[in-house]
Amino acid sequence: MKAPPPLRGLRGRLLMAFLLVAGVATLTTGALTFREARTGVLQQSQDGVIGQFRDHVDDLAADLDFPPDQDQLNLFAEQLARSEPSKNWRVLAAYGGLSATSSPQDPFEQLTPDLRKAVASGGNTVFQRVTRHGSPALVVGLPVTFGTAERPTSDPSGLAVFLTVPQTTEQAYVQALVPAVERATVPALVLAVLLALLAARGVLRPVRELRRATRSIAEGHLDTRLAVNGSDELADLSHTFNETAAALEKSVAELRRMEARARRFAADVSHELRTPLAAMSAVTDILDEDAAQLDPDTATAVRLISEETVKLARLVEDLMEMSRFDAGAASLHLDEIDLADSIRRTLASRAWLETVEARLPPPGTLRGSLDPRRLDVIVANLVGNALRHGGRPVRLHLFEREHPDDGRRAVIEVLDSGPGIPESVLPHVFDRFYKSDTARTRTEGSGLGLAITAENVHLHGGTIQAANGAHGGAVFTVELPLRQDEPPPVPAEPAEGSHP
Amino acid sequence: MPRVLLIEDDRAVREGVQLALRRQGHDVAAAGTGEDGLEQLRSFRPDVVVLDLMLPGMSGLDVCRRIRGADDQVPIIMATARGDDMDIVVGLEAGADDYVVKPVQARVLEARIRAVLRRVGGTPADGTTPKTETHGELTIDRAALTVTHQGAPVALAPSELRLLLTLSASPGQVFSRQQLLEAVWEHSYHGDSRLVDACVKRLRTKMGEPPGQPRYIQTVRGFGYQFRSR
Repeated sequence: MKAPPPLRGLRGRLLMAFLLVAGVATLTTGALTFREARTGVLQQSQDGVIGQFRDHVDDLAADLDFPPDQDQLNLFAEQLARSEPSKNWRVLAAYGGLSATSSPQDPFEQLTPDLRKAVASGGNTVFQRVTRHGSPALVVGLPVTFGTAERPTSDPSGLAVFLTVPQTTEQAYVQALVPAVERATVPALVLAVLLALLAARGVLRPVRELRRATRSIAEGHLDTRLAVNGSDELADLSHTFNETAAALEKSVAELRRMEARARRFAADVSHELRTPLAAMSAVTDILDEDAAQLDPDTATAVRLISEETVKLARLVEDLMEMSRFDAGAASLHLDEIDLADSIRRTLASRAWLETVEARLPPPGTLRGSLDPRRLDVIVANLVGNALRHGGRPVRLHLFEREHPDDGRRAVIEVLDSGPGIPESVLPHVFDRFYKSDTARTRTEGSGLGLAITAENVHLHGGTIQAANGAHGGAVFTVELPLRQDEPPPVPAEPAEGSHP
Repeated sequence: MPRVLLIEDDRAVREGVQLALRRQGHDVAAAGTGEDGLEQLRSFRPDVVVLDLMLPGMSGLDVCRRIRGADDQVPIIMATARGDDMDIVVGLEAGADDYVVKPVQARVLEARIRAVLRRVGGTPADGTTPKTETHGELTIDRAALTVTHQGAPVALAPSELRLLLTLSASPGQVFSRQQLLEAVWEHSYHGDSRLVDACVKRLRTKMGEPPGQPRYIQTVRGFGYQFRSR
């Protein structure tokens, strides 16, 4: 299991989501606020302007003679513009073909033809916001009608008055809102990031705990449990995990108990068999010696008992050895030895030097820290097996090989010239009591020889393989790590004899 | 006729082994308990003791310690179940000379008894004049088979004596455990090297070697042992 890339994990996704929500929220709020504020500010100023303008027009138009001439029109526009204290009004008065502006030669370019037409056609006040050369202005058009305050009529007088007021102040107010919104957005986003991280932590911590606990279970620590905090979905998951782990632990413990009981039984049986066998084994030599003087039937019976006692003793010994492996009680007594010398002596002590073609490295070239007695068992079982079940000649090769994991390894190959091992049997050759041919009669071996060999190899941290050679015949390959760099535990000076 | 004391609690095993050893020409006395065995040790004066480690009441280990505690250097062969590894180690440290694994065939036990008895006997006749050697504060008399340390005699069990004689015969030479097993115990090359380690340990203790700094018998890491004369 590896950590996800930064932005694909839960933390990244939560961060993105929180940022998105915060961003959209602040921007929307900002935009709406901005729009409302802008509308409000402009509306207010324009209502004020229009109201004042209408009042001033009402005041001044009453004094105007109809139809007005150019001079009167000029005066009217001028007075109208001056009636506003802020002095930023520009007025255009139009009557028929005449038109006058408050300041001379004013082109009045903000006045659009549409506005002019709208004023001419209807009797209502018309206004428009115009932005020209970057500066906004409010343009108001007002048709003057006849009538009195008591009886207002809508008879158009033909006189239209237009007003242009710059709205830079209002614009400035509105513009000031933009940085305010911007300033509000930044803390909101920062807050969103913090909240996202906090939320991610809240979710990720239990998830990380769960991952650690799962890995711990996978490593065999079945007593791993999670602390359940709160009552959310993650707490529920932790709770479920704990229940599962407890159930698993219980079943595994039960299985182990059963297995231990079975192994214990095998060990106990072998142990109990040993005492009567010890008495029988002690007297087999006497039976062998005296058999010749007995009558033939009794002699056969006596020899049979003697032979089978020896086999039984070996079988029980093998069973005991197997039980020790099962119980983990088998221990290595390592000693620095010359492998070629050791193997040659194994062959010599069983009178196999003539029957086995051994290709061994020269003395002193292949040394390593091994258990000499177990090496003897490995070699004797493999060669014995080849001699019994394979065909002669049997060859044994010993050489050294560099292994990528644990450095130098001794390789022992035992090859026979028999028919080889059937493919279906190969995976089972190291099984206990496995007989490839069910009809096969009992052989010399206990049926545990190769299983014990494999256990001895594994105890050394080595590997064993069975295969068929390219030219027929079975090939057993044993690889044993030599561990020469480790000090052999046996000669440790003060702790001598204290090894298990 | 070698005299063998057999201490074994199981009646059938005891009778079987007794029968077999008698047939091999030994004078055998048998005891069913450790207490009885110690009693017979005094009256029978055996040349070798075959001792079952699993005894009811006083254990075989206790019997072994009692014998050695009484400064009796009679050779002791333990009969034990293989796999009772701790028992073997403790038994060897308690002073046993050798061990056999039950069930044992009579001829195997007989061979061990003969080997242990040979250790008690004199040095193999090599024709050279027996001599007394001195290594530092250690004096070895190869003829009388006595060892003195700082002038005081050191009581050595047969295996310990034979091991010391073997090592000190060639000071400076490194012996592998397998070589020593063959030379002293007459075991096969693949014997139990713990016999050697336990025996060396006992020897060092008896010679008053300071722990961790042996003067005479040196451990050669990765190879075996060496006697250093000084």
